[in-house]
Amino acid sequence: MCLAIPVVVTELLDEDQAMTCLGGVSTRISLAMVDQVAVGDYVIVHAGYALARLDVSEAEKTLALFAEMHEQLGPDSPWPRN
Amino acid sequence: MRYIQEFRNHDTARDLARLIAAEVEPDRDYHLMEFCGGHTHAIFHYGVQDLLPANIRLVHGPGCPVCVLSIARLDLAIHLARRDGLILVSYGDMLRVPASGQRSLLDARAAGADVRMVYSAAQSLQIARDNPDHEVVFFAIGFETTTPATADILLRARSEGLRNFSVYCNHVLTPSAIQSILDAPDVRSLGQVRVDGFIGPSHVSTIIGAQPYEYFAEEYEKPVVIAGFEPLDVMQAIRMLIAQLNQGRAEVENQFTRGVTRHGNAKAQQRVAEVFELRPEFEWRGLGVVPYSGLRIKRELAFFDAESRFELSTRPVRENRACACPAILRGSKIPTDCSLFGTVCTPRNPIGSCMVSAEGACAAYYKYRTRRATN
Repeated sequence: MCLAIPVVVTELLDEDQAMTCLGGVSTRISLAMVDQVAVGDYVIVHAGYALARLDVSEAEKTLALFAEMHEQLGPDSPWPRN
Repeated sequence: MRYIQEFRNHDTARDLARLIAAEVEPDRDYHLMEFCGGHTHAIFHYGVQDLLPANIRLVHGPGCPVCVLSIARLDLAIHLARRDGLILVSYGDMLRVPASGQRSLLDARAAGADVRMVYSAAQSLQIARDNPDHEVVFFAIGFETTTPATADILLRARSEGLRNFSVYCNHVLTPSAIQSILDAPDVRSLGQVRVDGFIGPSHVSTIIGAQPYEYFAEEYEKPVVIAGFEPLDVMQAIRMLIAQLNQGRAEVENQFTRGVTRHGNAKAQQRVAEVFELRPEFEWRGLGVVPYSGLRIKRELAFFDAESRFELSTRPVRENRACACPAILRGSKIPTDCSLFGTVCTPRNPIGSCMVSAEGACAAYYKYRTRRATN
């Protein structure tokens, strides 16, 4: 029920509406709950409403952390067995 | 699909699994509750449990709005749907949940009721505009993720002066449910459920922020890590919880920094506060009557409140006594403990709500049970 997905805004429409794209599928959503969204921004959408803007720099930071972790671990560490 | 696929990366999952395995203290157990049904499904779908050491136990929480709606409240929705000329609009998840006498909204529709399924609350307004001669009722359910949309359509209905539209409000609050679990006798005194820390909701928290969980960290000394819904998010959050527990800390940490801030979405909170007020108490399936855990429409918008417009009041109902949904929702039983699971009760013919919803624990066990028959 609370599932939401990040989608990219492709066009701003009247009445707080916008067109978004996810994997080639265009969907109309409402931007009534978020301010100052621009074309190219990512928003987290649930049941047709954007709940928040996806903070791209934070997303990149998390991914950079994963990359760093991978560097440090090295490829040859043994796979743990429970 | 940017910012989705990266958080499902196989190699990173292995890295995280290796780190978690190295960091757990082998002589202690970790019981972590994922509050959200969305997390439950991510865990099963991606086999997260299988990547964890055996001393990490994931306890499934009640964060599935379809599952926690009381049968008495659902009975009222079916009662409404049967009224002549009334169109009941609902999210799809609700349609198959059996209410009293094993009847669902889908059964009511088969018997001639006009029950329509929508993806977005906003579609119910369009149905009302298109059908001026019919009463249109939006059957609103959900946690804080869904509530702002309901607030938005109510405000729009008022500004448009829609006379034939109303909302049957069943919105509930996540922090109250967490508190009810922490205060439940199973957890507090009976010791049947052990919860050492919480994997906190991701999308609920985009709205309410990280701040409301600070109370649980302080008062109950339970760490909370807010986590995204992708498998790497869940694994990273588990690693953060293990670190907190190992160091004897109980804090609120945010793994889902790309979506959640400390104070959440102020605009959405303001819309919700404009439209709704707390109910002194609300009945949940599994958790019973929880004080200040549900929302109702404010008096100034009473015209759009289906409960007053149609003078609805709940009647006591009997649960199917063999159905273990209530105990499963509290985390004191797992689906395979239920005598109906997988035999009488299946996704095709669900007896309890936990088998119906795509987020219910029973549905997850049923769908993925070849992977993990017992926990």
